[in-house]
Amino acid sequence: MDKFVELTRVGKHFETRKGRFVALREVNLDIARGEFVSLIGHSGCGKSTVLNLIAGLLEPSEGGLICNGREIDGPGPERAVVFQNHSLLPWMTCLGNVQLAVDKVFASRSKAERRERSEAALRMVGLDHALHKYPSEISGGMKQRVGIARALVMEPKVLLMDEPFGALDALTRAHLQDELLRIVGQTRSTVVMVTHDVDEAVLLSDRIVMMSNGPAATVGDILTVELPRPRERLALANDPLYHQYRGAVLEFLYQRQRRPAA
Amino acid sequence: MSIPLSPPPVAHRETHPLRRLAMAAWLRQSLQQVLPPLLGILLFLFLWALLAARSEGLPGPLVTGQAALELFADPFYDNGPNDMGIGWNILHSLGRVGAGFGLAALVGIPLGFAIGRFAFLARMLAPIISLLRPVSPLVWLPIGLLVFEAAGPASIWVIFISAIWPIILNTAAGVASVPQDYLNVARVLKLSEYKVLTRILFPAVLPHLMTGIRLAIGVAWLVIVAAEMLTGGIGLGFWVWDEWNNLNVAHILIAIVIVGLVGLALEQSLLLLARRFDYHS
Ligand SMILES: Nc1ncnc2c1ncn2[C@@H]1O[C@H](COP(=O)(O)OP(=O)(O)O)[C@@H](O)[C@H]1O
Ligand SMILES: [Mg+2]
Repeated sequence: MDKFVELTRVGKHFETRKGRFVALREVNLDIARGEFVSLIGHSGCGKSTVLNLIAGLLEPSEGGLICNGREIDGPGPERAVVFQNHSLLPWMTCLGNVQLAVDKVFASRSKAERRERSEAALRMVGLDHALHKYPSEISGGMKQRVGIARALVMEPKVLLMDEPFGALDALTRAHLQDELLRIVGQTRSTVVMVTHDVDEAVLLSDRIVMMSNGPAATVGDILTVELPRPRERLALANDPLYHQYRGAVLEFLYQRQRRPAA
Repeated sequence: MSIPLSPPPVAHRETHPLRRLAMAAWLRQSLQQVLPPLLGILLFLFLWALLAARSEGLPGPLVTGQAALELFADPFYDNGPNDMGIGWNILHSLGRVGAGFGLAALVGIPLGFAIGRFAFLARMLAPIISLLRPVSPLVWLPIGLLVFEAAGPASIWVIFISAIWPIILNTAAGVASVPQDYLNVARVLKLSEYKVLTRILFPAVLPHLMTGIRLAIGVAWLVIVAAEMLTGGIGLGFWVWDEWNNLNVAHILIAIVIVGLVGLALEQSLLLLARRFDYHS
């Protein structure tokens, strides 16, 4: 396996008012090019922290992170982030939000081409009708799509997503998962996604990284999902292998890492 | 306050019952809008008249209204620096507020951004700001007179110093409360500090900034009248003082209404402006 993203003995602590809080310790993880990896674990175990470390938004306290053969020091557009709460800038239209990314990443291209890229990205997530709408004028699902479009349009080496569908209703969520499956199938992106949804993890991932509870959380177990692609939600519903994977994750979460008095 | 602008439907000879119903609703609604403020004003005038009838020096509403009509018949006459129309006096006061406030914005907005963005600067300036902010603006007048050796610049200086605190503090609070998510977007995109300022910080802070400006203008307008009373020259405050020396109480009462109305107009136009700039998050 070629190691595209490499986390080696990564530890992270925060200095808080009540002293040092060790969030992560000894996190080892290798991610291959084009792989879709999910991070799953109970709330507060450190999933977002791992993602933010890969994004470069946080610095590790111990260990090192490498992406594409280079040490990660700081954020950059080659590691695009889809934030948990969409993080669209409310004073820009959908197009404006995507354009902000395009103008930065493809600064050398012509204005017309940049515009075309932005529109194409929004078309890909099915929002060609909402180019000139403001975030306050569209639904939560649509906002999250714009967030995904903004990240994908950077043509990142790694797409990082922090519970991208967490705030959506079940139907919208399923719809966006299907679309993500299609888009990632097309672009062959390397994806790291944080989720707390077992079905989402099994449906989308090549591997599921199951994290132990914090404090000092670490990788508890890694499940390789060998379901053939392209995957179909309906077909998988009756697939015994799918249920076996699902059961394995549930067993990890609710037996081996039972939430201490949640 | 919104008063329905559409005129009542013109009554035809045979009005449709639905039309009549709509008309009745319109009438009732506009009555509900107009009646209470009207009643309030009438009550005020009545109390005023009552008070004036029992007092020696206080003119009643009618006398004051008469004086106001005379005053506004020729607001822009000019008989030398000590005798100018009320219009000139208002414009001079507004001009000083504009100058002092403009300078305060020029200094306060960048300073507020810097304080909000750099914690070091915030901690550095915190003691100075906390000490100076509660000081009554008029205390700065002697300093202004001393430094500028002229009444005009001194009163502009007083406006400047009283308007700058709300601008600095609101801008800084706005910058400090920009959601980390927005800044993370900027970090992932590696936006330049200039782009962060123009595309993210400034739009995010604008509503806070508008609040600061509104407060600043309000304070400035409060202070200018007092400052002008002390410095003299041309302006509403000086005019009030002059009329007091002439024992023209009716004009003082008129001045009170003018100061109130101009203050209200400033506040409302800034609110309107703020709504124009506000984004719906
Ligand atoms: N900036 C911070 N300062 C202090 N503690 C933090 C900070 N960020 C995260 N933590 C703590 O680290 C732990 C992991 O947080 P996080 O990665 O957000 O969890 P998850 O995303 O799995 O819900 C939590 O206990 C959280 O309180
Ligand atoms: Mg999280």
